[in-house]
Amino acid sequence: MAADNTRSNTPPKELLEKLFTTAFRIRTFESGGIKLYRQGLVRGYFHPSLGQEGIASGACAAIEDRDYIGSTHRGHGHCIARGAEIDGMVAELLQKRTGYCKGYGGSMHIADITKNNLGANGIVGAGTPLGVGAALANQVRGSDAVTITFTTDGATNNGTFLESLNLAAIWNLNFILIIENNQYAVSTTLEEATRDTDLYKRGEAIGVESHQIDGNDPLLVYETVLDAVKKCRSGLGPVLIEAKTYRHSGHHVNDPGKYMPEERLKYYMDRDPVDRARDNLIKLGKMSAEEVAKLEEEIQQEFDAAVEKAKAAGEISVEEFQDFVSAY
Amino acid sequence: MADRELMYREALREALFEEMELNDEVFIIGEGIAERGGSYKVTEGLLAKFGALRVRDTPISEASMIGVGVGAAIAHARPVVEILYIDFAMLGMDQIVNQAAKFRLMTGGEGRVPFVLRTQGGTGGGVAAQHSQSLEALFYHIPGLRVVMPSTPHDAKGLLKYALRQPDPVMFLEHKHLYMTKGMVPEGELIIEFGKADIKREGTDVTLIAWSNMVPRTLEAAEQLAGEGISAEVLDPRTLVPLDKDAILASVAKTNRVVIVQEAVRRGGVASDIASIIQQEAFYDLDAPVEIVAGMNTPIPFNLELEKASVPQTSDIVAAAKSVLHADKAA
Ligand SMILES: Cc1ncc(C[n+]2csc(CCOP(=O)(O)OP(=O)(O)O)c2C)c(N)n1
Ligand SMILES: [Mg+2]
Repeated sequence: MAADNTRSNTPPKELLEKLFTTAFRIRTFESGGIKLYRQGLVRGYFHPSLGQEGIASGACAAIEDRDYIGSTHRGHGHCIARGAEIDGMVAELLQKRTGYCKGYGGSMHIADITKNNLGANGIVGAGTPLGVGAALANQVRGSDAVTITFTTDGATNNGTFLESLNLAAIWNLNFILIIENNQYAVSTTLEEATRDTDLYKRGEAIGVESHQIDGNDPLLVYETVLDAVKKCRSGLGPVLIEAKTYRHSGHHVNDPGKYMPEERLKYYMDRDPVDRARDNLIKLGKMSAEEVAKLEEEIQQEFDAAVEKAKAAGEISVEEFQDFVSAY
Repeated sequence: MADRELMYREALREALFEEMELNDEVFIIGEGIAERGGSYKVTEGLLAKFGALRVRDTPISEASMIGVGVGAAIAHARPVVEILYIDFAMLGMDQIVNQAAKFRLMTGGEGRVPFVLRTQGGTGGGVAAQHSQSLEALFYHIPGLRVVMPSTPHDAKGLLKYALRQPDPVMFLEHKHLYMTKGMVPEGELIIEFGKADIKREGTDVTLIAWSNMVPRTLEAAEQLAGEGISAEVLDPRTLVPLDKDAILASVAKTNRVVIVQEAVRRGGVASDIASIIQQEAFYDLDAPVEIVAGMNTPIPFNLELEKASVPQTSDIVAAAKSVLHADKAA
């Protein structure tokens, strides 16, 4: 169903602050990471989530420590929103032993598994069954933990989307599938990839409660996910949420994104999730602009300090690597 | 505890029963495995004993069922996913190869995937090209997977129980021809660690290496060879990854002649890899080139005689053993 965007009561300030600081932390990480990439300090692929921060921030604010998340190739934001330290994130980008994956994973496989994070994934669509698996494990062990899997518009055309959501449905799993519909798979538009671009309808077609929301509204994402979490915990899962959004730039750092029409981009830039989280914090949370600026400064400092620490850190040696994989 | 005679499928069932009793986190999913007890009756009785939460049927969604098992394992459960035919596991190759096998390394060694995929392969019964393959080499090739191929009820029980206690993804490959075969199996605790070969028959003249359904066939060949005064040793690696190289090299050092027998097609097979290990590490122990008896490089045909021709028969193994002994030229 299409969501109602009005809310009656004012959300608590702590929540608004959390939504803003998380979104801003992601933005700072992505922007800073791109700079490091341009300086030649980061190898491989780097898919920024600039413009999509509202979804990770809103969704992860709605779950508890015992819950699980799973992510995509555009996964930095989910990992940060789930509570990963910026130190370990930056160090992983810089392939250091202090990184979350000790330099074995990199941007596309980044995960803080101590936070019940099933990991980012370099294979589009592959995270969905993994999330259903975590949800199944929790059902078998009698836990009410919920699993949120972030997926993409591109992945909805992979067979695992239907298969996995259907498994979650027949087993009534505590599973929330969030489609970050940024309307592109690299340069292929959603209109090219499917006839009906209302992706949430695919959930309805198999009897799953499904919503379509503005993914650039962090508070709305939070509220929708919180409601889905409550439904799951009372045995009414799974829930599908299509969160519409747009990238601020190309598919990865080296894609200029020339195919993204300027007007469309401007439309979404005007609805920037970080700006909206900031506005909410100031208007609804009554935080002063100075206080907000101070928060931003602290987050920037946290990132800068992480870069310095990562630069100073060592790397896994070839001997350690050989030792590690000797039983493979 | 006492040994009794069990069928291979009963031994597998016993392993599942025992491990599910011991550990609440062990559960099993698959097509028709609950009420129906599975196509090969391995899971009969599990539903009644352990309930629908831990024994459940799935729709025909192989790619995702396998992924669900991998995800549950990452989330610290002990899932067993039964895939009807190894041929169908091909639908889940992404989850096996790109997810299960890689997760540990990608997380810097912190994440583990204690996932067991049970399936069966091989020829038998005229089920033709899409239900008869021996595909162990595909998994053997992928670093991060364990590849287990029991040939007896005893090994099936001990290896499956071990699989459910160790931390890595296991391709547990049964054989459709073995389910009804019988053998002695101890009651209760029986754990067979991976990477421990078993000498199924001792001998001094030639080492015959075989796994899965080629073991009974190779034992038959060894018996025939004995009738002709040739003492053949039959070595079953039981797990291809990890491979018990030491046991193989020790046997080669004793007999100086080797035949490797695999049902899978010859090209790119595990036998070739074992042969290369032997020639590299035991070259000076060899009195003859390593011989390989393998399936033909062909999809399995339906016709009975053609099906037989496409995989090793006892007579092929006997002939190969004689050829490495130059016994064929003696007469
Ligand atoms: C199975 C698979 N096919 C293709 C790719 C190459 N690829 C990486 S990202 C991408 C586009 C993905 O678009 P979408 O799924 O919508 O996610 P987004 O990049 O928009 O976040 C493609 C095609 C891949 N990684 N995995
Ligand atoms: Mg997309």
